[in-house]
Amino acid sequence: MDRWRRITAQQRTLPDDAVPVVLSMQGTHGPVVYAVNAAGLARGICVDARVVDVQAIHPDMHVERGDQNGDRALLDRLAMWARRWCPWTVAEADGMLMDVRGAAHLFGGEVQMLRDMHDRFAMQGLRARLALAPTRGAAQMLARFGAQGVICGTEDVAQVLAPLSVAALRLPSDTVRLLDRLGLKTIGALESVPRVGLMRRFSGVVEDLNPLLLLDRALGRSADPLDAPSDVQIWRAYARMAEPVIDPIPWLEGLAEDLAMQLATAEQGARRLRLTIYRVDGEWRFRDVSTASASRDPAHFVRLVTGKLEGIDPGFGFDLMTLEALTAEPLSLHQDQLGGARDASADIAALLDRLTAKLGPSKVTWAVWLQSHKPERVERGVPVLAGGGQTVAEVAHERPLRMFDPPEEIAVLYAVPEGPPARFRWRRVAFLMARFEGPERIAPEWWRDRAGTRLRDYYKVEVTDGRRFWLFREGIVGDARGGAPRWFVHGVFG
Amino acid sequence: MSDSSLGQLVRLGEQRGVVDVPAPDAAQAVLKDALSVQPFDAAATAFVLACLPRSKAPVLWVQDRASRLENGRVYGPALKGLKLLRVDVSHARDVLWAMEEGAACAGLSAVVGEVHGAPPVLDFTATKRLAMRSEASGVPVWLIRSGAAEGLSAARERWRIGSLPSAEHPYNVAAPGAPIWEAELFRARGRSPGVWSVSNEGRGRTNSLCFLPRSGDGSMEADHGAATHATG
Repeated sequence: MDRWRRITAQQRTLPDDAVPVVLSMQGTHGPVVYAVNAAGLARGICVDARVVDVQAIHPDMHVERGDQNGDRALLDRLAMWARRWCPWTVAEADGMLMDVRGAAHLFGGEVQMLRDMHDRFAMQGLRARLALAPTRGAAQMLARFGAQGVICGTEDVAQVLAPLSVAALRLPSDTVRLLDRLGLKTIGALESVPRVGLMRRFSGVVEDLNPLLLLDRALGRSADPLDAPSDVQIWRAYARMAEPVIDPIPWLEGLAEDLAMQLATAEQGARRLRLTIYRVDGEWRFRDVSTASASRDPAHFVRLVTGKLEGIDPGFGFDLMTLEALTAEPLSLHQDQLGGARDASADIAALLDRLTAKLGPSKVTWAVWLQSHKPERVERGVPVLAGGGQTVAEVAHERPLRMFDPPEEIAVLYAVPEGPPARFRWRRVAFLMARFEGPERIAPEWWRDRAGTRLRDYYKVEVTDGRRFWLFREGIVGDARGGAPRWFVHGVFG
Repeated sequence: MSDSSLGQLVRLGEQRGVVDVPAPDAAQAVLKDALSVQPFDAAATAFVLACLPRSKAPVLWVQDRASRLENGRVYGPALKGLKLLRVDVSHARDVLWAMEEGAACAGLSAVVGEVHGAPPVLDFTATKRLAMRSEASGVPVWLIRSGAAEGLSAARERWRIGSLPSAEHPYNVAAPGAPIWEAELFRARGRSPGVWSVSNEGRGRTNSLCFLPRSGDGSMEADHGAATHATG
C-alpha cells in the first residue's frame, strides 16, 4: 500500500485519507482485495474478500489494481538492503525475516536497533511492523499480531504468545475454523489442551500446516533455522578515463586482465561477458558475448569482445568502461597432460566462442538426431553453445550426401507406369534416366503430420552422365488425397 | 613403342598413364580445391569426404548461402559418423573468415568450405592466407567450389571432380551401384597433374580410395568399368 501511494503520488493526486482504498488482485472468482489502507481497515474491510462484495457495502471505496510482482521484487531488494543490520535476511511472501543474533550490540542494543530499523524504513516511505523474538515463528506472529516494536525474551515466549489468536500461526482458514469450533481461540488455549488428542486429530496434516508443530517451532522446542540466500557475487572490472575517449580497444587488455584476476581468486570462469561504456552524455552502450566453456583467459576475452565492438556508438566519447562476468561457473585449474602440448578441446571451445560471437548463435550448429520417418526431420541443428553434438543415428537405407530443403519439384517429360520418370526436367535441364533403384516407401507420421499428408516413394535415379538423384513421388494415383502425384528431387548422391 | 607396330599388343594404361599414382595423403595439411565438372553434382563433396582424415575431432563445415541453395546442404545420415560442426553464413567473406579461424585451430580434424561462383573476395590473396594458415597449424583445408569457379588460386592441389556412370550393382542390373568419380588434378605443387577414375573401396565407415589412371586418348574411357574390375 505504501509503495502504491508513493508511485501514484508522482503521477496524480491521491484520494483523501478518509476514503477507503483497496488494491485488487485476480482471484479464482473475480478480483479480490489484496491490500487495504488505514481508512479501509477502520471500516472493517479485510484482505481476501471479494471486491464486488466490499464495493456493495462501501460504495465510496476506491479500487486500484495491485502489482504483486513489483511488491515481490521490492521485498527481495529490501531483504538485500536489510543486510546492513545483519548478514542473514530472507524475504517472505509478506514480510522479511532477519536473524539478528550477535548483531544487536553493534547498534547499541535491541531497542535502539529496532528504532533504527523503523526510522530507516520510514525514510523510504514504508511503515514497518517490527518484532523481536527468540524464535522465527514467534517473531513472525508478533510482527503481525502483536504490538508494534515488541521485544520478547527467551523465557517469556509462551507468555507473550498466549493471548494471540490461533490465526497468528498462519494456518489455512479451514484449520483455523476447526480450532475455533473446538473452542481453541488463542494460542494459550491450544497449548493447554492435552497434546495427544490434538496430535491424533492433525496426524494427516503436512508438517508446515500442523498447528502443534508450528507452535513447537515458535516456542523453540524444535529447530527452525533461517536459510538465507548468499550474497550476489559481482565480477566486474572498471577502467576510468581522465578525459573522454572514443576508442575502447587500448583499455580492453587491462580490463580483461583485471577481470581474469578476480575470477581466478574466486576459482570461477566466465560464461557470459558484458562490456559497457558509459558515455559523457549520460547514455550507455553494452555488448554481450558468451563462451562455450567457462574461461578466464584474458587474451580470449579481448579477442571475443574486439569482434563485437563494430557498431558500438561512443558518441562524444566515454569516460568509464566496465567488463563484467554476468554468469560464472566454477573453474579450477586443471592440466590434462604433462607433455606441454596444447589442449585440443580448449582450442575448439575458444573457436566456437569466436565463431558464435561474430556470426551469431544460430549460425554455428551441431546436429541433434530425432526419431522420425521423414528424412528432412531426422537432423536438426542446435546452437553449439546450447549443447554438445551427438553421434549420427544409423539409417538402414542409403541416404543422399546432399539434401535440398525444401524438396524441389521436377517436371515429368516421359512417365512410365512403374518406377521413376524416364525423362524429367529440373532447373531447366532435361535428364534422361539410365538406371534406378527403388522404391523405398516412407509413410507419413500420423501422430505428427497433418491429416491428408501423402506417402512418399523414393527412388535413387542415375541419369546418363552419371549423376545420381534422390527422387520421390508424393502420393500414389487413387489415394484420394489430392490430384495426380507430383515428383520432387530431394537430394543428390555422391 | 610406335603406333606402326601393327598387330602387336599395345598396353595403353602403363604407357600413357601417370607414373606416380597420387593417393592423396589425408593427413597432408595443405589447402586443396575441389571443383565440380557439372552443376548439382555431389561427386566433389563425396571425394572430399573420402579424403578427410578419420578422427574423433570434429570437422568444421562452412557453407555460404548461394551454395546452400544451389547444391543443398550436407545430410548427416550419409556422413558415416563424421562429427560435423556446421557454420551457415550468407556471404563468401564470412566463409573465408570462419575458415581462417578454423584453419588456425589445431583441435579440428579438417576444415571444409563451400563457395558458389567466383566472388571478388575469394582471390589469390585470400587462398594464399588460407594455405599458409593450414600449413602452419597442420589442419587440412578443402575448398569446394561450384558454379563458374575458374580463376587463380593458391591451393596446393586443385582437383576437378565429376561423376562417371556407376559400377554394376552386385544383385540388380537395373540399379546404380557403387559410385565412380572422374578426378582431374589440373594443378599441383610437387607432382605432375593427371586424370584418374576413382572409386571408394572402403567398407562401412572406412574410406580407401582406389585411383585408376585414365589416359587422355579415350580408349580407356570406353571400358573403364571393366578396367576397374580387373585392377581394383
